Formats: sequence, C-alpha cells, structure tokens
Amino acid sequence: MSHPIKAQEFLSDPAKAKWHDETLWFVRDKRDAITKTIPEWEQLRDLASQIKDNVLANLDSYLIEFEQKAKANNIHVHWAADAEEHNQIVLGILRQHDCNAIVKSKSILTEECHLNPFLEKNGVEVVDTDLGERIVQFLNQPPSHIVLPAIHLKKGEISEIFHEKLQTEKGNEDPTYLTQAARIHLREKFLSAKVAITGVNFGVAETGEFVVCTNEGNADMGVHLANVHIACMGIEKIIPRRQDLSVFLRVLARSATGQPVTNYSSHFRSPAPGKEVHIILVDNGRTDQLAREKFKNSLKCIRCGACMNTCPIYRRSGGYSYSSVVPGPIGSILSPGLDIKKYSSLPFASTLCGSCSDVCPVKINIHEQLYEWRQEITAAQGANAKSISMKIANGIFSTPFAYKFSGEMLRGALKILPEAITYSGLNTWGKQRDLPEVPKESFKDWYKKNRK
Amino acid sequence: MPNPAHIALFIPCYVDQFYPQVGIASLELLEKLGCQVSYPMAQTCCGQPIANAGYERDTVETGRHFLRTFAGYDYIVAPSGSCVLHVKEHMARIPGMESEQEHMHGRVFELTEFLTDVLKIRQPEGEYPHRVGFHASCHGLRGLRLGTSSERHDAPFNKAKYLLQNIRGLEWVELGRKDECCGFGGTFAVTEEALSIQMGQDRLADHINQDVEIITGGDMSCLMHLEGIAHRSQQPVQFKHLAQILNEAIR
Repeated sequence: MSHPIKAQEFLSDPAKAKWHDETLWFVRDKRDAITKTIPEWEQLRDLASQIKDNVLANLDSYLIEFEQKAKANNIHVHWAADAEEHNQIVLGILRQHDCNAIVKSKSILTEECHLNPFLEKNGVEVVDTDLGERIVQFLNQPPSHIVLPAIHLKKGEISEIFHEKLQTEKGNEDPTYLTQAARIHLREKFLSAKVAITGVNFGVAETGEFVVCTNEGNADMGVHLANVHIACMGIEKIIPRRQDLSVFLRVLARSATGQPVTNYSSHFRSPAPGKEVHIILVDNGRTDQLAREKFKNSLKCIRCGACMNTCPIYRRSGGYSYSSVVPGPIGSILSPGLDIKKYSSLPFASTLCGSCSDVCPVKINIHEQLYEWRQEITAAQGANAKSISMKIANGIFSTPFAYKFSGEMLRGALKILPEAITYSGLNTWGKQRDLPEVPKESFKDWYKKNRK
Repeated sequence: MPNPAHIALFIPCYVDQFYPQVGIASLELLEKLGCQVSYPMAQTCCGQPIANAGYERDTVETGRHFLRTFAGYDYIVAPSGSCVLHVKEHMARIPGMESEQEHMHGRVFELTEFLTDVLKIRQPEGEYPHRVGFHASCHGLRGLRLGTSSERHDAPFNKAKYLLQNIRGLEWVELGRKDECCGFGGTFAVTEEALSIQMGQDRLADHINQDVEIITGGDMSCLMHLEGIAHRSQQPVQFKHLAQILNEAIR
C-alpha cells in the first residue's frame, strides 16, 4: 500500500496523530538542546562523516582485518550474503546447542532478515528483551521506530496489552508498575535462555571487538546469563579503530534521544571461559547499495533515528505508513535499493525540507538522495501519463509564447469556472485549501504597461 | 546608492500568474535601493516542478531557455529561495552550455541574500506597525542557508530578521517551532494531500496562537499553501511576501 493512503489513515485519528507528533517533537527538542551544549558539535558530525567515508571506501580490508582479529579473540565469524543465509546460520548454531528458546536484544538487522518468524516456524521461542520491542512483539507488530519501537502506543494501550499477556491489574497505567511487571516476566526468560542474540552498533576492525549500546542493559543481561552469544552485524557497522568510538558514542545517544550517552555501551571482545561468541556479518543488499554512487552514502547510517524524530512527515504519519523495516527518511533512501517498485512511493513522501540531513550525525545527504531516488523511480517506471505531461511541460516552459498562452488559459479558466468544479474532488488542491484569488493581470502584463 | 550592475529580475511562474504584486514589490524595492533592474520578458518557469517530480532529465530545454534568457546580466535575483535553489542545484546539465551554467550558479540570488550579501545594505529603516510571523521556507533556510536551521549548532543568524529588525513598529514574533516545514512541497501538496494539509494547519496554528497579524516569508509557494488553508477556515491572518513588507515600509 502506498504511503499517502497509510498517512491518511494515520491522520484519521487527529488526537492520536497530534500526540505522536508532539511526543517525537519532544525527543527532537531534547536532542537539539543537548547538541547545543557541545561547542564542537558540527565538527563531531564532520569527523563522524569522514570516518564513515573512509570505512565505505575501504570496507573490504576493514572487514578482513575485523575477521582476523575476532578469530584471534576466539570468536566464531560467519558470513551471510543475504537474510536467508543469516537465518540459517542462526538456526544452525541453535541446533548445535539443542536450544529452542532464545532472548534477543534490539537488532534492526534481525528485523530486516525477519529472523523471528523464521525461528518460530522452526520451533524456537524468541523473546525480545527490549521493553518496547517486547510490547510490539506481544501484538505481533514490527517496531514502528528503530530506537523507540512502541512509540505509536500510548500507556493506556500498553496497560491493556499487559493486562492480557502479563495479568497486570486492569486499567493500571502507572509506568513504574507496568515496567516492573515486564521486568519480572523478562527475568524468567533471561534465566532460562541458553543462547542470547544481540545486534551490533560498532565493530572495531583493529581489535576485533564490538560494541552494543542499550539503555535497559538487556543485551548484557542476556549475554551474561547465556552460554552462547550470537551477534548479528551489518557489514557497514565497521569502524577502523577503538578511538573512533570517542566520536560515535558522543553523537549516537545525543542524536537518538538527547541523552549524553546510552546507559550501557558494552564492549564484547572474547568469550568467557566455557562460553561461545558468534558474529554473523551480513550483506543483504549492502554491497549493491555501496556500488550505487549516488546512494552509497546511506550506508553511513548509525541507526540513531534522529531523522525520524525530526521528520514532519514521519511524526504525522507514523512508522507503519512506510511499510518498510526501517521507516522515515533514512528508510526511504535505503528501501528503494532493495525493491524499487514496492517502495516507489517513499521518496515522494517528503517535501525535501532537508531537516533530516541537518540532523544526521554522520551527515548523510538524505533529502538529496530522496530527490535522486525520484529520478531513478520515474525512469524505472517508463512512459506513462505523468512522464508525457512532464515532456509537454518542458516544451511549454522552453517556449515563451506557449507559456504565456497556457498561463492565461489557466487564470482565465479559474476566473470563469464555478466553485463547484474548482473545488471538486477533481482538484486535490482545493479539497481543504482555497486557491489564490486570480489577479486581473500577470506581472508580465503589468511590466509591459509600466516599465517599457 | 547607485549601483551600476544590471540585475535581471527572475519572477517564478506562479508569482507571475497569481501574485503580480510580489513581482512589483521586488522590482520597486530594488529600484528604491538604486539598482538597475530589468525583467527579461522571455522568462517562463525554471522547471522545478518537473525535476522534483522525478523528471529532471526532461528539464533540459527549459534549462537551456533559462540560461539564454538570463545571459548577459550581472546578477539574477528572484523573490524565491526555492526557485533559486533549483536553478543552482537541480537544473539538468545543459549540453553545450556548461560554462554558462557554471557562470549562472555564481550570480543567481534569492532577494534577501542579494540585499544582505551583494548589496550589503545596512538594516533598513522604515515603518511597519504590525505583528509579523516569519515562515522560513525550507529551501531558503536549509538549501540556501538564509538563516541558521534549528538542527545545526551554528552561530545564529537570519537574513530576513536582519532586514526587518530595524523597522519601526514591526514586531518580529518568535514561533513555537521556528523552522518546521509548512507541508507545501510542490507536487507533495496534492500527492500527499492529507499530510500536506495537516502540516499546513499545524504551522498556521503556531502563528495564530502567537497573535500574528501578518505571515511573511521569502517563498510565495509556502504562503500560497498556508493562505489557502487559512482562507478556507476563515482565519483573519494576512499573508505578504517579504518584498512587499520591505517595499511598503521603506520610503
């Protein structure tokens, strides 16, 4: 389903839509405020961007370095070309350990690979341990935001879900009470899981270690209680040196939620005695995107979600309106690379206002890529009524007489058409907006009379 | 302050057709400031609607026509950040006119940046006793950097505010969200109608909640969208392009 239809649906509940807008604006405001306390904020963005440029230009060698170092640290390294291969590798490790219940901390990559339904189909119970993710998991929904997975739900709705799933008191909406119930529920799952899955925020090439950032400590809890840790990592998550974290850890949480740093920035380097650590390096379309000169920059993304919080469209249409794993501006430049037809409406779900590019901590030119995807999409669509009208417009605009004639026709028509037609369903502009009053002469006409 | 440079006035097509008073104000304002201004009669549309709809490749002839029409002037000045940004950044490459195109990029200016950066005028004095809300159009703000955007941590500046600040009686109103998009977005206004309207209503409410009397801005397209919504809901707020306010205020 296309974005405009889903956006319209979202807006059909104006109170909820307003709440969603204001909630995310609050997060953006927090982000704005905290970034203004860092005098060198713009230099940090430049540095982060340049480091990621370097990573993308040398991705092959950094990956090989990372693999060597990780292996030397007794980590098992796996390579997955696509989602299917990734899922099979995970299942293989679980089978090896005779494991049929896992805990998983937040990983957008595993969402991208649709790991949960795959494992469930194969008889494995998957428990998302991030509170927001657990909430949407109860509803069989995907996250609607990459950092705030359940941001589309109000506490009343969460209270109802918990009442049904965790037998909390009906109507008790107290966040502390609900969180406590989730902790008790999750504690049981943590204690019984033999395998814990996490995502990866940063993989350090020079040391072979990786860093996972969470606010709830759920990644650490899962990993430390389990015998086996499987870390799923997109190949673009590499950074060259450990010291580069001094840039990325400073921009990540500030951009994401306006916090100085995530509560937990956990470094994993080698397995504890008697335990196992696996890293799965996943391509799944990233190499293709890297080969697209205009769009490779999108791989610099550190998944902070700031572009979602700032986007006036996202805030008013919700994450599900994008129908893609990564919603919002960054999703709209990543997803068309995966399926240009399915996601063809996404680059048009923007006014090209540029707020996403200004907020991005790694300076991805998101709005420019949205513009470029529009060019690619119309080219892929081939000739249709719209493309023909554009060719006609080009002809009119390159011919002053034709332009003058069509302009006069337009103004003339607006003057004589009855309101019923001007503001009918045929005219989308006029459904909820008036047209400007039609002046008696154009500027050109005025100029001719008054200046020459 | 006589200025020997010859300025071509670039009037966006929808301004030409719907808002001739904005073209007139821009012309009169520049003349008042001592500029020699001409309006090249052959000008049409810069091609932005075609390019933003994903058909930049179909703007070659429109672009060629633009370059020819505006050749031979020292500066090209438009009362629109959006159209200026388009001809600078998104006009298709015009085969055989690469150097003309390159040359054009360096001499095309949005009206307020022309006043502050090229003419380098001091803060104009004048009188305009009204509460004014400024709509920062995104292409001017984040495209041409006519002011600091709220996302960035730069030394704050705003070229429009600079120009209006010394005018007697003019109250510059600070908004709740000082630079959020109004939701016009060209074809977005019709392809994403529901969102476009919601964004426009929200922006409008911000101004109305602060008792703004006149909403101004550097792009008539945003103002046309906001005015259309305000008019439909019978809001008493007025809309004027920055050029109109400056032209009325400065005697």
